Amino acid sequence: MRTAGRGPKSARPRFPSDREAPMQKALKKYAAFFTLPTLLAFAVAFLAPFLIGIYLSFTKFSTITDAQWVGFGNYAKAFEQGGDFLHSLGFTACFAAITIVSINGIAFLFALMLTRKLRGTNFFRTVFFMPNLIGGIVLGYIWQLILNGVLYHVGQTVISDATYGFWGLVVLVNWQMIGYMMVIYIAGIQNVPQDLLDAAAVDGASSGQVLRHVTIPMVMPSITICLFLTLTNSFRLFDQNLALTGGQPGKDSAMLALNIYQTFYGTPGYEGVGQAKAVVFFLLVAGIALLQLRLTKRKEVEA
Amino acid sequence: MFLVLCVLSLAFIAPVLVVLMNSFKDQFSISSDEAFHFPTGDTFVGFQNYVGGVEKTDYWNAFGCSLSITVCALAVIVLFTSMTAWYVTRVKSRYSSALYYGLIFSMVVPFQMVMFSMSKLANMLHLDNPAGLVALYLGFGAGQAVFLFSGFVKSIPVDIEEAALIDGCSPIQEFFLVVFPILKPISITVAILDAMWIWNDYLMPYLVIGSDYKTVPIAVQYLQGGYGSKDMGAMMAVLVLSIIPVVVFYLFCQKYIIRGIVAGAVKG
Repeated sequence: MRTAGRGPKSARPRFPSDREAPMQKALKKYAAFFTLPTLLAFAVAFLAPFLIGIYLSFTKFSTITDAQWVGFGNYAKAFEQGGDFLHSLGFTACFAAITIVSINGIAFLFALMLTRKLRGTNFFRTVFFMPNLIGGIVLGYIWQLILNGVLYHVGQTVISDATYGFWGLVVLVNWQMIGYMMVIYIAGIQNVPQDLLDAAAVDGASSGQVLRHVTIPMVMPSITICLFLTLTNSFRLFDQNLALTGGQPGKDSAMLALNIYQTFYGTPGYEGVGQAKAVVFFLLVAGIALLQLRLTKRKEVEA
Repeated sequence: MFLVLCVLSLAFIAPVLVVLMNSFKDQFSISSDEAFHFPTGDTFVGFQNYVGGVEKTDYWNAFGCSLSITVCALAVIVLFTSMTAWYVTRVKSRYSSALYYGLIFSMVVPFQMVMFSMSKLANMLHLDNPAGLVALYLGFGAGQAVFLFSGFVKSIPVDIEEAALIDGCSPIQEFFLVVFPILKPISITVAILDAMWIWNDYLMPYLVIGSDYKTVPIAVQYLQGGYGSKDMGAMMAVLVLSIIPVVVFYLFCQKYIIRGIVAGAVKG
């Protein structure tokens, strides 16, 4: 067992790096023990498939081993005029825009209501949060029943037109995510220092003003993370889409993730195109996420 | 305001109640025109749908499968990612930075990007069974888990760990005896977030083990597939059965779940 070696106490100035060195050296010997399992799993589950995926997007293939290089051919096919990919992109983008605003707006409202020390706050919080625990597939079928039941009265079903599928998904995802975001907002609101609120009240601010000038700026970090979560969630939506409409009618209500899945597994000969679409999907999601984080991080205020 | 909240709560619970109600109706009476009708003497079939649904989907097996996969995956993830996060936070080296940023990067990559290659690779490496799936969950969940653990480790003063080393501990002892106990709160957070993800996951289990095994989401989706008529009664019953464990879990662990979500968001 090594003991940390240090010079005579009076002789050397102490820098953080001096104190780290013995631990660093001791730990480095155990790099494999601490990181190998994770690294191996990560390599197999993510890293290798990711790199292989990028490669495959430039090839025509059906299993990995029979790939033939086609350059940007797959990407061209993915974006061809009037293609379903662009349609899915538009559908997904609209969906994301609407749900981000509605989920966060409503969740914030609910959070405001539940931070007023009303009776039964716990019960309400449970009820609003519960949908989030239910899996995407189950959610899709619950709402398929409800929406078909409602739409019956106008002679339609949730798959007779993509518009119904669209709004059905909007309702479903709102139901699912409002509770989750609400919980985060509640914590954020509860963290606003009481003295700030008191000071504002003393200064004669109306509750609207307090909200805009004190609460919201202080809650900005929660807003950042909620926007991030709803954004990435909406773009990546799959299970609910599959269950509620299966992309029907045709492929009109398929969002990006489902579209890619159907290209891979439902369209023989198009695996390469599917992979190309997936690369584009990844760049889109990563790009938007990073952009959003950068924009909202700037608005955060230190207490 | 209280009244408003009551009405809203009712609106929120309504969908589940509608499904519950329908699960006791004869399957041909669950059509769209009768979706909101209460079961009557004619349409009430007791627990028949439940029996039928369980049989058609082999539900108890699916439940057991989901449960064992989720529990094992949680244990594996918490154990290995906490170790990795600790190493990566305490040791400054190119390897450690590369690993950390690689893991963080994986958090923004959508599943569709890797799904095909991953399933083929899993096949080739004989990981297409529940045990292999657990390993894949470790690989896929490592990004977020290491991120959360690292944040927490950074806030632990190095002195405690140094003291242990000086006292003659090996790093392994030090981690398990000193550091890991301190990580309990964030371990619970990681466990909760990953439990919610893994239990409800459809696509990855479907692609990797779907041909031989079923998890609960796969079982539910199974009732939809096929070109014959869908047994709505069985579907309703299975939906209810899928919701119950999740509700029970929540009622027992409410405190930890809420805390976990907030902690996860704050660190994010």
